Amino acid sequence: MAMSFVSSPHSARVNRVDQVMLQVSLALVPGTLVMVWFFGWGVLINMALATVFAVIAEALALLLRRRPVLPAIKDYSAVVTALLFALTIPPTLPWWMTLIGILFAILIVKQLYGGIGYNPFNPAMAGYVFLLISYPVATTSWLPPDVSALLEARDLSTLSLIDSARLVFTGALPEGLSWDAITAATPLDEMRTLLDQGQRIDEIRASSPLWGVFGGRGWEWVAAGFLLGGIYLLRQHVITWHIPVAVLGGLLSASALFWLLDPQLYPFPAFHLFSGGAILGAFFIATDPVSASTTRRGQLIYGAAIGVIIFAIRTWGGYPDAVAFAVLLMNIAVPTIDQYSQPRVFGQRRSARKKA
Amino acid sequence: MSGLRSLLGNGQRKLWQFHGGVHLPDEKTLSNRGPVVDAPQPPQLVLPLQQHIGAPARCRVAVGDQVLKGQLIAEPQGYISAPIHASRSGTVVAIEPRPIPHPSGLSAPCVVIETDGEDRWGELPAPLAASTAEIDACEVAEVRERIRASGIVGMGGASFPSSVKLNPGQDQPIDTLVINGAECEPYITCDDLLMRECAADILDGVRIMLHLIKAKQALIGVEDNKPEAATALRRAIDATELGARVEVVVVPTLYPSGGEKQLIRILTGREVPSHGIPAQIGVVCQNVGTAAAVADAVLRGQPLIERLVTVTGRGVVEPRNYRVPIGTPAESLIAASGGYSGDLAKLVAGGPMMGFRLETDAVPITKATNCLLALTPAESPDPGAPLPCIRCGRCAEVCPANLLPQQLYWHARAKELDKVQDYNLFDCIECGCCAHVCPSHIPLVQYYRFAKTESWAREQEKRAADHARERHAAREARLERQERERKAKLRKKKEAVAAGGGAPKGDKSGKDDTAGKTDKADKADKQAAIEAARRRAAEKKSTVEQTQQTARPVTQRVPEHAPGNASGSASDHAADNPTGNTPVQNRAAAAPVDEPDGALLERRETAAAGQE
Repeated sequence: MAMSFVSSPHSARVNRVDQVMLQVSLALVPGTLVMVWFFGWGVLINMALATVFAVIAEALALLLRRRPVLPAIKDYSAVVTALLFALTIPPTLPWWMTLIGILFAILIVKQLYGGIGYNPFNPAMAGYVFLLISYPVATTSWLPPDVSALLEARDLSTLSLIDSARLVFTGALPEGLSWDAITAATPLDEMRTLLDQGQRIDEIRASSPLWGVFGGRGWEWVAAGFLLGGIYLLRQHVITWHIPVAVLGGLLSASALFWLLDPQLYPFPAFHLFSGGAILGAFFIATDPVSASTTRRGQLIYGAAIGVIIFAIRTWGGYPDAVAFAVLLMNIAVPTIDQYSQPRVFGQRRSARKKA
Repeated sequence: MSGLRSLLGNGQRKLWQFHGGVHLPDEKTLSNRGPVVDAPQPPQLVLPLQQHIGAPARCRVAVGDQVLKGQLIAEPQGYISAPIHASRSGTVVAIEPRPIPHPSGLSAPCVVIETDGEDRWGELPAPLAASTAEIDACEVAEVRERIRASGIVGMGGASFPSSVKLNPGQDQPIDTLVINGAECEPYITCDDLLMRECAADILDGVRIMLHLIKAKQALIGVEDNKPEAATALRRAIDATELGARVEVVVVPTLYPSGGEKQLIRILTGREVPSHGIPAQIGVVCQNVGTAAAVADAVLRGQPLIERLVTVTGRGVVEPRNYRVPIGTPAESLIAASGGYSGDLAKLVAGGPMMGFRLETDAVPITKATNCLLALTPAESPDPGAPLPCIRCGRCAEVCPANLLPQQLYWHARAKELDKVQDYNLFDCIECGCCAHVCPSHIPLVQYYRFAKTESWAREQEKRAADHARERHAAREARLERQERERKAKLRKKKEAVAAGGGAPKGDKSGKDDTAGKTDKADKADKQAAIEAARRRAAEKKSTVEQTQQTARPVTQRVPEHAPGNASGSASDHAADNPTGNTPVQNRAAAAPVDEPDGALLERRETAAAGQE
């Protein structure tokens, strides 16, 4: 037996980091399947590429840091970072951009700060933002969802497995297709552009087959898939309800407030919920334990602020989606939030003021 | 989390909740299926002089003495202490350090008795009452003294002297006596069996304690995984007229609901103040085993010489409960249970959550030992090397004290002792919930124990330093005053000489203590001789003093003495510092033997209250 471990408790431990990470990966499955269904094989190619790059980068960094490599690789945290990163980039992104993004996420954001547990920022989101700022066009050119009415109305096309792979690895477009024919703005992007042009929401929604019940066609199903995964994480006690509920609550209440002020100028709250990365961000990204707040009250503050910032950037900011920025901004605030949101310790007065 | 919640099945008593806690596989059925068995008579009994929190007992027997069962062999020293009695008759064959069940694995002074197998009782004090019906006629102080003299300490594991706990003082009126039958640690069933088999004794003890602390009611908390125990207690209550004052309350099984603070919270909704004791909120909490021991002492005059011990775990062949004479070696109980079976990962004294690993089974059962737990590798797998904390916060979710265990961990690891106190380290009861759920398998409790020990050591050092500083300042002031007085007297004498007609008296007036003495001329010679001798002695001391002065560390900021004026000061300094050491040396020598004071003890006791 290991003499190094003699202190109580002597019970068998009930959790393990690698199991937590595997459960997170498992929870991504439904959303990923829906994405593959609507956006083609590029999603899976990106995931595989990102995972390989991330594991290699992690191993390399650990070797350079002279730390044991195997235990860190086996905790699957690099894999989870890679998967989340891959889900946020468009399926047409060239492989070397994925590499750059992953290298930044793993080497700079994670390992330079000390590896798992020590990074103040969410590596996947930092890697994505790094790419977004460096290559704004490539990172916002999404394939259109494979919805036949949409493809027909807009004269767009989707890609086969071979075409996707060729595009990612060589940058070569399939014969006879142009970038315009294979990419489309995301619903969030489209909504903002049209609103900026002075159109009213009723007009916008009537103008195109792009719109579904809540958000964009296809996209809302992706969000539903991730919602399913998020519920699984809640049921498995991998995450608690505090952060997701606060994020979605913050986003919903901010958007509801403005929607009530003018429903023609500000989209319906559910549109925000089911567009872009709101659901993925609420359940999978904002809940990253390392960079999130750790106290219960702190998590509510942290999450609600993320929700409000998402709404603010989507509505008045310069970028189409805002989950990554919102999460990173609140990562900065975590130490302060934690400091001022400590719980009342057992046996301490409920409130000093009450008794005074 | 803390809101009042469910009603019980019978819909009577409101139960409260505490934050966190974990559900554990209880493993009670391993050992609670059979009745309690008398432990075999061991050839030797080893009785540590310290089996309780507080000062160790002082040995009252010598090697070669014949002792009888129940005879006092060591008496308490100080208020927070407890006597030790011989648990079987025999001969004292050794008084020496032996391995004791302690997390440190170190040895401590023990009285070793070779048993004669005759089991002869010594003379016991007369029962204070024939039954509990007469208990109200007994003097409270007398009953309390009996409990103290019987060596009764908390039987739940913390082993704090019960007479102290049962004396909360006039300024802290007690309304509720909480009896702890929760036994929330997995595996342990000795309280369960005690409640099933000796419910009447427990109730007698409860009745006596109610009288002692003048409490209105007693609540016996039993976890709902022990229905037989609750039934036995209820039946016993029905057999008495205590139904109006004593109630058995079945509480949900959730570790650590048997922690003193947690059980009080569950049963009364009150929270023991941080750093405080239950008496401050009108509650005294005692274990069921303590209650039974109190009944033995008051109604039968029997001191605490036996206790129930669970021998369990899949590492022994036949897990069961034993009635064990205190001092019985653990190995003989293991042997009585058929020995170890197969692989043994570790032998633990206490439960799997708060118990400590024993280095050897050649340690005696003490008043605090409730369980010997032989764990197989499957039951207690090596958690492996700890991984970095991922800040998941599960530890905070389960912490019954509502602390932030991971913040404590960061700061404990960095040895930031001020910071860990900011995060209320001393409210940690070391229940182990945090480490149990930690996905990184970090030995969190070990870090907290380390930080606590370091903090105590630092506090003690600081106290000693403060003490030395105060003493030094006082001494400086006195020296200055004496110097002033000396000069004043010298001046007076000179004036007298100048005035002419001074008797040849020597310079004895230089001493305070001689000033009041008679001043007759015929004693002058004698006085001069004494004075000269004194001066010589003083000079000798002052040279010693000087060498010490030079050796003294600069940081103590001791002003240099003028070497010449040593007559008074050197002897004074010696009186100041009888060991002749500098304050620093003194402190270092005193620190390890310093007994912790009352406040510290209280804290330790509350910290250790997991099973109390």
